[in-house]
Amino acid sequence: MIEKILRGKPAYWMWLAFLGLFIAIGAACYVRQYLFGLGLTGMSRDVSWGLYISQFTFLVGVAAGGVMLVLPYYIHNFKVFGRITILGEFLAIAAIVMCMLFIMADLGQPLRAVNVILHPTPHSMLFWDMCVLVGYLSLNILCGWVILTAERKGVHPPKWIYFFVYLSIPFAVSIHTVTAMLYCGLPGRHFWLSAIIAPRFLASAFAAGPALIIIACLVLKRVANFDAGKEAMNKLVTIIMYAALLNTFFVLLEVFVAYYSNMPGHKHSLEYLFFGLEHHGHVYNNLVPFMWTSVVLNFGALALFACPYVRKKNEFLLGLSCVMIFLALWIDKGLGFVFAGFVPNPLNEITEYVPTFNELGITIGVWATGFFIITVLYKIVVGVEHEIEN
Amino acid sequence: MDKQRRNFLKIASVTALAGIGAPALIRLSSTAALASEHVAAANPVAKPSKGAHGESASTGMRLGMVIDMRKFVDDPKLLNKAIDACNSVHNIPQIDNRKSEIKWIWKAPFENVFPEQSQYHTAHNVENYPFAVLCNHCDDPPCVRACPTQATFRVKGNGIIAMDFHRCIGCRFCMAACPYGARSFNWEDPRPYIKKYNPDFPSRMRGVVEKCNFCGERLALGQEPACVEACKGTGAMVFGDLNDAQSKIRQVLDKEFTIQRNASLGTKPSVFYIV
Repeated sequence: MIEKILRGKPAYWMWLAFLGLFIAIGAACYVRQYLFGLGLTGMSRDVSWGLYISQFTFLVGVAAGGVMLVLPYYIHNFKVFGRITILGEFLAIAAIVMCMLFIMADLGQPLRAVNVILHPTPHSMLFWDMCVLVGYLSLNILCGWVILTAERKGVHPPKWIYFFVYLSIPFAVSIHTVTAMLYCGLPGRHFWLSAIIAPRFLASAFAAGPALIIIACLVLKRVANFDAGKEAMNKLVTIIMYAALLNTFFVLLEVFVAYYSNMPGHKHSLEYLFFGLEHHGHVYNNLVPFMWTSVVLNFGALALFACPYVRKKNEFLLGLSCVMIFLALWIDKGLGFVFAGFVPNPLNEITEYVPTFNELGITIGVWATGFFIITVLYKIVVGVEHEIEN
Repeated sequence: MDKQRRNFLKIASVTALAGIGAPALIRLSSTAALASEHVAAANPVAKPSKGAHGESASTGMRLGMVIDMRKFVDDPKLLNKAIDACNSVHNIPQIDNRKSEIKWIWKAPFENVFPEQSQYHTAHNVENYPFAVLCNHCDDPPCVRACPTQATFRVKGNGIIAMDFHRCIGCRFCMAACPYGARSFNWEDPRPYIKKYNPDFPSRMRGVVEKCNFCGERLALGQEPACVEACKGTGAMVFGDLNDAQSKIRQVLDKEFTIQRNASLGTKPSVFYIV
């Protein structure tokens, strides 16, 4: 099947070359960072995690979102997802590769990364995160490949693979739960110290992942003559809406707890995110425009999804709504959640975080790598589908 | 003035503790964490009693420190001396930039060191003089729990929270986990910023986390921690075994009312302050 990657229209090659350019930029930026150290980033003693870890956190969600296709199809025998379940599995592969690249980019001593395996430490959540991420990646590669091969040969997938398919479902939940546990078990970080972080992460993941899949389906329909089917898309929109509403509900609960209890530590980060935090006469409000953009995009997308015309008739508006909800959740989790946890620091001082160009270069490079992998994997899927049709 | 301030702090602390809840109160006072006088009288400190949930006090040596801020107010230059001693002994780079600075022991105002304490009408001495801040060497350290490689660990023989600079992968999970802001990361090669190199202690490479180590390397040679030595004769810093009823630090703790930085987090800090 791998040979399908090597045959494509000029547009396909141009798209890959376009992504390749950004991968090259990212690689060059990484070499600079590797030679100098993480001082080339905007991270500081106070805000010790930045874009890399926040992108990692968001992309774990995108990876977990694939389960919203796997679960209805394999557990509930929801046949209309038959054509696109593989897209969810392959999206998870690309997202987890991105996660791992971001983790590597974030390490101060990347060559020592194996120490996590050489000195396994069960009381560290990072150890468990590594375990579940590697596990979920392997499961998706295995299940995706075996099932696609069977489909190509026109036979039923072997019985044993279903064990791994079912296993991948709790794994999807676990990757995002354990990622939430990186944050929510730390004493003294009020913004993160909340039992609702894991459910909130899952809710936003189950909206962001499927939103990306709809966007991919709309693109594939235009460029690759691959139709996911109206009913499948409709069901995905329903899933996105419920998940996004739940996420909004969870965020509002956090706001209530902070402001009704009136405990300064609980309010500070939210204040910093949405209104700016005043400290010694200076207002720190870097993230305020981003967060309100997120709010507007979130409710705007939900309103658009609610119109039957958007859901069923107008593919442009459907795609736009998906882009909007994806961006809203990316800002919420991929920027605000991580950065605001460090404001104020344990000594009640405020340091703001602004990523550097080098850091942005690496970040874009990793995203481009992810899209490169998705493109190549989806090329295989589309190629196999066309082969079966002929 | 002095007495008034101490009375106020006593009341404030006891009220705060009552808010935390009875179990926390019993547990903290049983480990002499907040040895207020009447608890000490009712419960002789010689034998550590069990906490409300059956949790026993730590056994074996647990090194700790009492910082007597009154002494630092009497001699405002003393704290700088202690900080300089640490900086030169440990080859701490002097990076003049808030983003990348490395700090083991440093100065900060009361409101920053104790943000969980009342800041309302604080005594002038407390408000106007900087406090010494360093790693608390917690008996239940969140940083050790978070570290994925055990590069930061509790030394069994003395309770010091130490770092293995050669194992640290630089993930900075410990920095996120530390509720006291005690950890620094080498964002770039620190060596060009070391003013005078001390060959007795290793300098660090970039990409690893570091913090106060209670001078484990000096204790091994029978010396006192560098900051304690710099304050010798003043009683501003008392260092010793918190689990040894005969130690000098215990005598101070039995006599004086002390506070710890945010003890309500359950980390059991080993650094105490007399304000």
